[in-house]
Parts: sequence; structure tokens; C-alpha cells
Amino acid sequence: MTWTPVCPLPDLQPERGACALVAGEQVAVFKAHDGALYAIGNQDPFSGAFVLSRGIVGTRNGEPTVASPMHKQVFSLVSGVCLDDPGTVIPTFQIRVTMGMVEVSVK
Amino acid sequence: MTRVLIIGNGPTAHRLASALTDKGFTGTVTILGEEPRGAYDRVALTSYLTEGRDLAYPEISGVEVIKGVKATSIDPQAKTVNGTIPYDVLVLATGSAPFVPPVSGRELDGCHVYRTIDDLDAIRTSAARATTGVVVGGGLLGLEAADALRGLGLETHIVEMSPWLMPRQVDEGGGAVLKRHVEALGLTVHTSSGVLGIEGHEKVTGLRTPDTLIEAQVVVFSAGIRPRDELARAAGLAVGERGGIVVDDGMRTSDPAIYAVGECALHEGQVYGLVAPCMTMAETAADRIMGGAAAFTGADLSTKLKLLGVEVAQFGAMSGALDVTYLDPVSGVYKKLFVSDDASTLLGGICVGDAAPYATLRPFVGAALPAAPSDLLFSPVAVELPGDAPVCSCNGVTKNDVTEAIKKHDLTDVAGVKSCTRAGTTCGSCLPLLKKILTESGVATGTGLCEHFAHSRAELFKIVQVRGITTFTQLIDEHGTGRGCDICKPVVASILASLNNGHVLEGEQAALQDTNDHFLANLQRNGTYSIVPRIPGGEITPEKLIVIGEVARDFGLYTKITGGQRIDLFGARVEELPRIWRRLVDAGFESGHAYGKALRTVKSCVGSTWCRYGVQDAVTMAIDLELRYRGLRAPHKLKSAVSGCARECAEARSKDFGIIATEKGWNLYVGGNGGFTPRHADLLVQDVDTETLIRTIDRFLMFYVRTADRLQRTAAWLQELDGGLERLREILVDDVLGICADLDAQMAAHVVTYADEWRATLDDPVKLSRFVSFVNAPGTPDPSISFTTERDQIKPELLQVTSR
Repeated sequence: MTWTPVCPLPDLQPERGACALVAGEQVAVFKAHDGALYAIGNQDPFSGAFVLSRGIVGTRNGEPTVASPMHKQVFSLVSGVCLDDPGTVIPTFQIRVTMGMVEVSVK
Repeated sequence: MTRVLIIGNGPTAHRLASALTDKGFTGTVTILGEEPRGAYDRVALTSYLTEGRDLAYPEISGVEVIKGVKATSIDPQAKTVNGTIPYDVLVLATGSAPFVPPVSGRELDGCHVYRTIDDLDAIRTSAARATTGVVVGGGLLGLEAADALRGLGLETHIVEMSPWLMPRQVDEGGGAVLKRHVEALGLTVHTSSGVLGIEGHEKVTGLRTPDTLIEAQVVVFSAGIRPRDELARAAGLAVGERGGIVVDDGMRTSDPAIYAVGECALHEGQVYGLVAPCMTMAETAADRIMGGAAAFTGADLSTKLKLLGVEVAQFGAMSGALDVTYLDPVSGVYKKLFVSDDASTLLGGICVGDAAPYATLRPFVGAALPAAPSDLLFSPVAVELPGDAPVCSCNGVTKNDVTEAIKKHDLTDVAGVKSCTRAGTTCGSCLPLLKKILTESGVATGTGLCEHFAHSRAELFKIVQVRGITTFTQLIDEHGTGRGCDICKPVVASILASLNNGHVLEGEQAALQDTNDHFLANLQRNGTYSIVPRIPGGEITPEKLIVIGEVARDFGLYTKITGGQRIDLFGARVEELPRIWRRLVDAGFESGHAYGKALRTVKSCVGSTWCRYGVQDAVTMAIDLELRYRGLRAPHKLKSAVSGCARECAEARSKDFGIIATEKGWNLYVGGNGGFTPRHADLLVQDVDTETLIRTIDRFLMFYVRTADRLQRTAAWLQELDGGLERLREILVDDVLGICADLDAQMAAHVVTYADEWRATLDDPVKLSRFVSFVNAPGTPDPSISFTTERDQIKPELLQVTSR
């Protein structure tokens, strides 16, 4: 497993995403209200645009989510499942903090 | 023809008159009211002060209302009132008067009672020059009054004789929880405390209790009510020892031609101060007057209300052989059930902080419990209401009445149920239950924004405004659940922006914004953004046009003229936005807010300056309006236009507010819309001067911002406004709600605090740091974005859609 440093933890704004380029892959990273970190693919599968990091973060029935800024489909930050269309799933990635740096692994 | 004369014009009198009309009464009905206005909803008094709500009841056609005339005498022999007004049947609905304890200084300027709209206006006037207020009385009305003082921005104290607040509704344990809630809101509670006197010369300066002197400039007495029976007493009717006009089960007094209803009536030794029994009395009297045999047999004194944001409810008995208590001091919830000694029969209950058991369990009072008491309190089980359970006790409506009305009239919303059954039209506490019954009947409902807030946008606006909430976190912690979503967050962001005028990307607010607001640009289909600089009134100098052209050329942007007389620049990447805006701001441009639910543009024709037909300077007016309202955050986008003559080249009548010049001044049209459902705007005011025009638009916009639903354009909002255009004119021009000063002040605050969002962003390295393609590779552009060429300009390459 390869971990790629992405940014210092304080650079992530709570409940707002940021996009990182990890081994050629666009990864949307999020810091939730409670400090939990999530990493998912940045591509919105419905429009094809790489924009999920710019969506609004929230919860649905307690599950942390992000809504695509394009047409508002909501995705689970935990599983990558589109909660409005459960047949559509986007990739999720491992994320952790080491020595104050956020790190993501795509493999 | 029978002449019915009603003395008093409160809610009970109004109900009686409308009941007579509804039942097809063929005689005449006259109401004599001492207040200078028509009947209004006294139950909701506080909302008049804190939200400017209109409390007026609709007029009842065919009923004559004599306003501003006090009844001073009744002659039962001649059957006249004031010696001149004849009657065949007289109904006393004189209500009650607030009790003011006989303490020194109670006549000082700044001392008030809490009963009528005039009282509230006087309180508002006193509060304007005050910092602190005291409410004497910690009962239901006292807390209402305290909420009002707090809403007026006063530091508020409550002085209550009993050892705890609301002693008639809750027990000591509930009182303790309630007190903590009230204190958490910043109010000071003095229990077990009398009033020794009011201090001050001419004006109130303080209130002395046995323990302390509270320095205050406003005192509101809310220490109980006394029935107004003086007319009846003077006319020789039987009255109770402690006041109240004696009535029988048919609401008849000791004179068979005279009835008494409402708070002035004494039935079986009991005077009722709650609205529900008063309404029942009115219905009973109406039936009897028409020859019926209806009987009033006492009333359930259960109450459920929300005061200072805390739910409080009491139903059935306030004691019992056994009781089961649930107490959660952390979240401030107290629930207690009283049951029979074999724990099988429910006797009553008290709730503070969570009134859910009121709705589910009140119908079971006196009946077998639907589950073990602890289960009912700890893990609320779904309880199926029996059909004959009262749903709205104010109007005596059962669940069966509601379900039958839903079936019969194909009702789909709470408003329909209200108008067909009258349920929920008085105190409103059963509205959630109505919603639930609708849902159970297979009808989807909801004015709640989303799963996180049960409130509509207008309700949230009031909460934020009245409670002075400044962050989403505080709002959702106190009034919602979860952490929000793409629906509620932008709504709250917009409300905060409307009220505080802070920068939309400041602090926590930044995380609430839709991507458009977050990057102050409009997201396009390939993930790039478009940019619309403000071009007020559509007027632009050649130099500025050249700058736009140069910027578009240097950054390779696609340019197009918009429908609002502006220029849209497409195809900018996130990381390019600050550099593009640096050039635009340096050339004197500012944000056009094309990305926001805000004022977009004020279009104009060239007006009288150039046009042979123009009668007024449309361009100057459009520019002035655009600069005045720029940056105003609203429930939806706002568009406007100004035409210099009746030929209407600017298409002003398709706008949210459109102005058309006349020979004498300006006509203002509101509620127009292009878009999905086109609608021509309606004429609000005619031939007004510039000052009046701007004042009226100020009020129109602020009233819309306060009261519209999420994403509701002015057209839909106006169509749904109770009373329509006529009502809107009364509110904005005649100031019937008394809110215009507030609306004016709010707009004035917007105008002076406006600052260009893009300039402020460029000056702030923290905000700028978000405009990057990749946090770990800020210099790398998004490789997925590419363009082809069409008609010498860029065009986005289609992206691969990866969903099924």
C-alpha cells in the first residue's frame, strides 16, 4: 500500500472538499464536522465532470454525504454509493493523517 | 328578524359571528368592539411583535362591526346597549383584563400589560429606548411576554411568585428543566419572588423584589387575568363572587335574552382562559341562539405550546397514584406520566423539552395505556390514534373528522385540512398531527425543508432573526438534526447573508455555499466556470468593453451577451478565477452575482436621454436600483428592468420588480417572471415619485426575503400570499403590520454594508487559497478539461458519463 501526502490537516476546511491528484487519479478529500476524513473519486458519474470535491457535505439519516454540485445526486462518503441511485457507486480510497499530513492511498 | 348584538370583538366574538353565519343564521349580527381595529388572533400576539405577523382575522361578510366604540351600559328592559343600540339577543364576549398587582409605581411610563395590539405597540415604543425589561409573572402569558421582550433585543428578567415557572402546567421537576432552558437563552429567572414596587420618577428605572433591585426601563405585568364583568354587574346580571358572568350549559346568563361567552363567562364556578373552551362556548351559544340544544359541559385544560423555543405540554391530571418520570438533563427533556395504581390507566402527563407524548398519549387519558409507561417515555413507540381521538381540541375536531375530510375533498395538504375542518386554525399545536394523519392517509406532505429541518425557509428566517443566530452549527444544533445537506445549507447561508451582510465565504459560512457561491462563479457542464461582471443598467464604456474583450482573449474564454444586458465569459478553470478577477476589479468591475440567489441585473431601455418617446431617465433609474440592491441575498434570483415609457422596451413586466415610466413618475410592477411559468407582473403602485418608488421596492424586496420559501420566485410567492396583491399593498404602503420601519432599516443596513465579494476575496489570502485545481499540485490544471473550436471560440469537449 502506497500512501501519498496530500496536504497538512489544517488546510482542509471542515465540511468542504478539496481535490488531490494521487498517482494520476483525481481524489476528492473531505473533513467532516466531527473531524473524520473521507476520500472518494472526484468524478461525478452522472455528468462525467470532475467536480465532487466541490459539492456540499452533509448527512442523510446520519450517514456522511456529499451532493454533486452538477445535478445534486447524493453520494455516501463512506461507501461511495449514490444514495439517490444505489446502482451507481463511485470509488472510495483510504485516507489517514501522519504527523499532521493528510495521506491518501489509491492502491 | 332577530338582531344579535355581540359586545366585544376578540377571538370568541369572531368565532360566534362566523358560526352564526356558517349555520345560515337569517337575522342580523352586529359586533361592538372597543379596539380601533377588527378582530385579531390574540393567541399569536408575540409573533406580531417579533415577526411582524398579521394577526387580523378575515372579515365575515354580512356581519356589521362597529369599531372603536366601548359599550358602557346595558338596559335589559329596553333591550338596548349604550341607550341607542337595540338587540333581541345580546352576547357578552367582553373577555378579561390583565391583573396588575397593586404595587407602587405601576402607573409609571414604561409599565405595560400584555393583552392587545395597542399594548404591544406601546411595549415596542418603550423598548426602543430601553436595555432591560422585566416580566412580572412566569406563567404561560408571562413567558410569551418575556419572549417578546427578548425578541425586541432587551435583556429580560422574569419574576414569578411560585417556586417554579408555569406552575399551572408543570410540576417542580418540569419547572427546573424549563428554567434551565429559559436561562440558557440568556434570560434571568427570579422564582419564589414577589414584587415590592416599581422604582422611578415618571419613567420606570427598576423593579424591587425582596432580594434585589432589577434595573429596568420596561415592566410588563402578566400576573393573571380577571374576567370583565362590570357591564353585566351594572345591568344586574348574576356574577360570581370572584368575578365572571354566571352562565348555564347553554351559555345563557340570568337574563334569558343575554348570553356570555369566552373569558368573561363563569361556568360551574370555572372561568376559562384558554382558547379552546372559549371557541366551544361560542359554538354552543351560536347553536342555542338558532334554537339548538348544544351544551357546554366544561373543557379539557390540556395545553401544548412552544415558548422560547421550548416545548411544554400538560394533559389530563397533574397527579396520580403512580407516576413514571423520564429526565434527561443534558438535552433538557422532562416527561412524566401519571397512571392509576394498577398502572393500567393513563391519568395525565407533563412534558418539557419534548412534547411528543402530548400528541400520541393525550387521546388515551382515562383509557388503557397502549404500552408500558416506561416504553412510552423512553423509546417512543408508534401509537395508532383511535378514530374518535380529539386532534384539535380548540375546535373540537377528531381524527375521524380529519380522515373523512381528506377522503371527501381529496385533500393533499395541511392548508386544505385547516380550511375544511377548522382543525389547526386556532393555536396551531395540532398541525404536526394533521400532517401525520395526512401522511397516514397516503398523502405526502411537508413544508419542512429537508430531513434536517422541519421548518420552512420563512420559519427558519424568523428563528435566525429573532434568536440572533449567526452560524449554521448553532441553528442545526438547536433547531435541526444531523449536519445538513445541499438543500438546507444554501438556504441557511442565504438567510445569514440576508441578515448579517457578512462575506459569503467567511468562516463556517463558506462550507454552506453551493459551488457557485463558493467559487463566486457559475459552474458549467464540464466543471469550468463562467464569469459575469456587473454592468449596471446595461450601460458600459468602450474602455470597459475593451477590458472584457482583452481578458476573454488572454484567458481564452467564450463570450456571449446575456439576456440581462451583460456579458458572460465561459470556460474559466477554478485556479484562473482569481487572476481573471484581478484584471476585472482593477478595471473597475465588480461581482455581478450571476452565481447567487441574489439581485442579478436591472435592464433598461435608453430612456428619455436619447429616445424620442421616453418620458423618464430609465438608465439612471436602472443604475441606481442595481447599485442599491446589488449583493442582496434572496430566496431565489431577482431580476428587474426599467422602461422609459409605456412601449416597455426593457420588458419590465416579466421581472420580479419592473418599473415603467409615466408622465407623472413611475409605475411599479411586481411578481413577474419569465422562465418556466411566465407571468406578467402586477401593478403595485402608480405614478409615484422616485423616493416613494425606491421605498416601496425596498420594502417589497425585504418582505419577500423574509417570508418566501426556498427557491420561490416572487411570482409564486405573490400568488400564494394570503390576500394577494391587495394585501401586499396594505403591508408595504399602508404599513398595516407595522413592519415597514424594520424593513426600511434592514434595507438601509444592506445598502451601507454592501462590499464587492470579489474584491474582498482578492484581498484575503485565506479565501484565495481555495481557488486551486489540486491541493497537492496547485500548478497542474485539471487534465479532464479540454476544448474544441466552434465559430472561432472554444467549446467544451463532451465528457464520458460513467453511471449506468
